[in-house]
Amino acid sequence: MLELIRQPWPWYVAGALIGLTVPVLLLLGNKHFGISSSLRHICAACLPANISFFKYNWRREMWNLFFVGGVLLGGLVATQLLSNPDPIQVSAQTVQDLEALNVVVDNELMPASIFSFENLFSLKGLVFFVLGGFLVGFGTRYAGGCTSGHSIMGLSTLQWPSLVATCCFMAGGFAMVHLIFPWLMKLF
Amino acid sequence: MQNTTEEFVTNPLVLEHPIECEAPNDQLTLETPIVSNVKYMVVGILFGIVFVKAEIISWYRIQEMFRLHSFHMYGAIGTAVVVGMISVWLIKKFKIRTMQGEEVVFHKKDFHWGNIIGASMFGLGWAITGACPGPLFAQIGSGFLVVLVTLVSAIAGTWFYGLLRDRLPH
Repeated sequence: MLELIRQPWPWYVAGALIGLTVPVLLLLGNKHFGISSSLRHICAACLPANISFFKYNWRREMWNLFFVGGVLLGGLVATQLLSNPDPIQVSAQTVQDLEALNVVVDNELMPASIFSFENLFSLKGLVFFVLGGFLVGFGTRYAGGCTSGHSIMGLSTLQWPSLVATCCFMAGGFAMVHLIFPWLMKLF
Repeated sequence: MQNTTEEFVTNPLVLEHPIECEAPNDQLTLETPIVSNVKYMVVGILFGIVFVKAEIISWYRIQEMFRLHSFHMYGAIGTAVVVGMISVWLIKKFKIRTMQGEEVVFHKKDFHWGNIIGASMFGLGWAITGACPGPLFAQIGSGFLVVLVTLVSAIAGTWFYGLLRDRLPH
């Protein structure tokens, strides 16, 4: 059994379990699945700065912070206790494309050539951590949700603005990978 | 809460929310800060394990997705949507109540320009970081501590959105 759990889980298992989060949160206590809201609650709790967007009773929404705290712990548990001993399989075509962009494909979850502390104070770090993170935080709140709130919760409840947002998430990602990346990676 | 919806009209018990919390807590029964919230942490832990075990937090999987070289992410998100849809349909159809015996509340999302502009910005960031907000937390838990910088930057992004909100097209 443990051997089976240690293997990478197929998409249909992961998809079904992620989808089940929607009813589980609703039935546990009328909570709406949406992860990016936690970032807003952190702002409201730590640095509201008299901005009206952050002036609300964040304690009422504290469940979301417990939830993301759990996600972090889940990452720890999965990596420490249930991790897959074999290297991650990356599609051969993607490997080829990434190598052409001088990304070293190391078959870990994240490429160490980018996501390491050595790069923190370099242009690479500025782009991959600071700019990337900023776009994620600013964009999700401006969009009114992320992949969980729009693509999963929003589409599950048949909301067309969520479909628009999901299409734009994808459009932004395609634009970055195909149009901006080839140019961006020449800078490093 | 994001404008009023039909649900609000039909359900007078629904609580008022801070401006547009998109993932609101609609429970009427009072909750203790720690004990009541532990169950959401347990759900979060299971969710985080799924993220890591299905490699959804992997930067490479996101690259494969946007390069159309793998079906993995499309399959996972697609299955999640279908399972979510069926669950919501069942909850509505059989009027399933929450553990506290409350009616499940749904909110209508209204379109605004952020659904296009903000969503595209997030898409750009998603492809760079290889993470949407959920996987950011799981990546940190998996030991990629440098992602803490990405998380702080994402919190800063959210903060600046709050600051500039009134000046942005909606």
